[in-house]
Amino acid sequence: MDKLLNLLAENARYTNAQLAVMLGRTEDEVAVAIEEYEKTGVIRGYKALVNWDKTGEDKIFARIEIKVTPKKDFGFEEIARTIMEFEEVESVYLMSGGYDLALTVSGKNFKEVAMFVAHRLSPLDSVNSTATHFVLKKYKERGAILVEEEQDERRMTLL
Amino acid sequence: MIEYEKILSQRAVELKPSGIRKFFDIANQMEDVISLGVGEPDFKTPWSIRHAGMESLEKGKTWYTANAGLAPLKQEIANYLSRRFQLDYDPQKEIIVTVGGSEGIDACIRALVDPGDEVLLPEPCFVAYAPITTLTGGVVVPLPCRAEDGFRLTPEALKAKITPKTKLLVLPFPNNPTGAVMRREHLEAIAEVLRGTDIMVLSDEIYAELTYGEERHVSIAEIPGMRERTIVINGFSKAYAMTGWRLGYAAGPAPVIVQMLKIHQFAIMCAPTTSQYAAIEALKNCDEEIEKMQLQYDMRRRLLVDSLNKMGLTCFAPEGAFYVFPSIRVTGLTSEEFCERLLYSQRVAVVPGQSFGESGEGFVRISYSYSIDHIMEALRRMGRFLKELGL
Repeated sequence: MDKLLNLLAENARYTNAQLAVMLGRTEDEVAVAIEEYEKTGVIRGYKALVNWDKTGEDKIFARIEIKVTPKKDFGFEEIARTIMEFEEVESVYLMSGGYDLALTVSGKNFKEVAMFVAHRLSPLDSVNSTATHFVLKKYKERGAILVEEEQDERRMTLL
Repeated sequence: MIEYEKILSQRAVELKPSGIRKFFDIANQMEDVISLGVGEPDFKTPWSIRHAGMESLEKGKTWYTANAGLAPLKQEIANYLSRRFQLDYDPQKEIIVTVGGSEGIDACIRALVDPGDEVLLPEPCFVAYAPITTLTGGVVVPLPCRAEDGFRLTPEALKAKITPKTKLLVLPFPNNPTGAVMRREHLEAIAEVLRGTDIMVLSDEIYAELTYGEERHVSIAEIPGMRERTIVINGFSKAYAMTGWRLGYAAGPAPVIVQMLKIHQFAIMCAPTTSQYAAIEALKNCDEEIEKMQLQYDMRRRLLVDSLNKMGLTCFAPEGAFYVFPSIRVTGLTSEEFCERLLYSQRVAVVPGQSFGESGEGFVRISYSYSIDHIMEALRRMGRFLKELGL
């Protein structure tokens, strides 16, 4: 039932009734399928996609590229799991190419993120180097446009 | 001082300007309007198609093409019609590339209709067939289609209007504005009436890729005995979201296509070159893109039909195109009144059904070429509107 996942990934707030109608299923079938997805961890959660720039909240984001020395027997696993424990870290990916781990980190301000890198990330044993890139502006996140959207230029017509 | 009323062509002057132009102008200018009124896809042309167009420009392919269209494009059209609709046409002699499906319709009617000839028009339908017929001196004979029949053309309705002067039957399915579809058995019944006559068929299949449910669109040209009397009109606007590229085609028996080609070449030389190069990419590599868009339309269609029925605006489940055509009789308003009041009260724009022919009175056309969120907001507002009316 991939269509259901696609719809929920697009908008998690569709009601089961709406989902059922769009998919041509019963509400019960949809409820059962969602429960199954939640139980098996296919669906990991439902979160609002907040555009923090529009709030009074002080919040900045950074992408951090890390090169690490993999541990014998554990590879990248151990260091990745250590890093993901920090609450400042929003995402951790193991990457192919020029560096090993890509992080998204958030903080109240520039200084807070800098301190996090200096005092918590860099001192870790396996971390060889870090490169921190601050986000200047978000245009699109997880498929949602965060800047002003294009106007619908189509006209009313009989055609 | 020139008195223009005296010098203008009577046929042009007598064409009825679309009565709801004013309503559209208001809707198009009003702020915060949630429109469900457009007749074109909300999707952008798939990237690879746009890219093919740009590439042709970069290479400086900016000349006219052959009048009938680029040879490789005609070949791809033939492949496509065979692959997706089991139709076989000779790309050299039986296919021409036109400026949208619209120009194909124009050339087809002009190639077939003499003054006094009767053209049968199942209504409600797309608004261009009648004025083009009138311009050729032909006589429009409406064939009202009814909600009870799923807005399909029935053989009885057809038989009732055939006279010795009948020249052409326009078959606009999947239908704008009703979303009605003629399945194979319905087409068989129509073919049964037409076989053995000299009546030709203009089968406007511009929405052929947008049918929902298990079965795909069937062209009447595929029904035995019909190919020789059918001109299939199709195009890229709806299937590939390419409305602005203005590209379509006609496929039919060589003797008709030859005449259409003459009209086409004198009227406009050839279809836009850039669009033709882009269209080759569409036909070669974009079947999957069609599927993706179709899936989206289908979900929106189910959502709209279900919600409208729950609101009390009964609609039969349309099986094609991207319109639903609910009845608004329960409100006691005419379709124009309904649309105006809905616009002023809740700022939702839909199109009066009566603009597509008299038999559209009592219905409105609602387009679902909009995002689900957009449709949901429009539905909320329509619900409020019906409450205001005490329903």
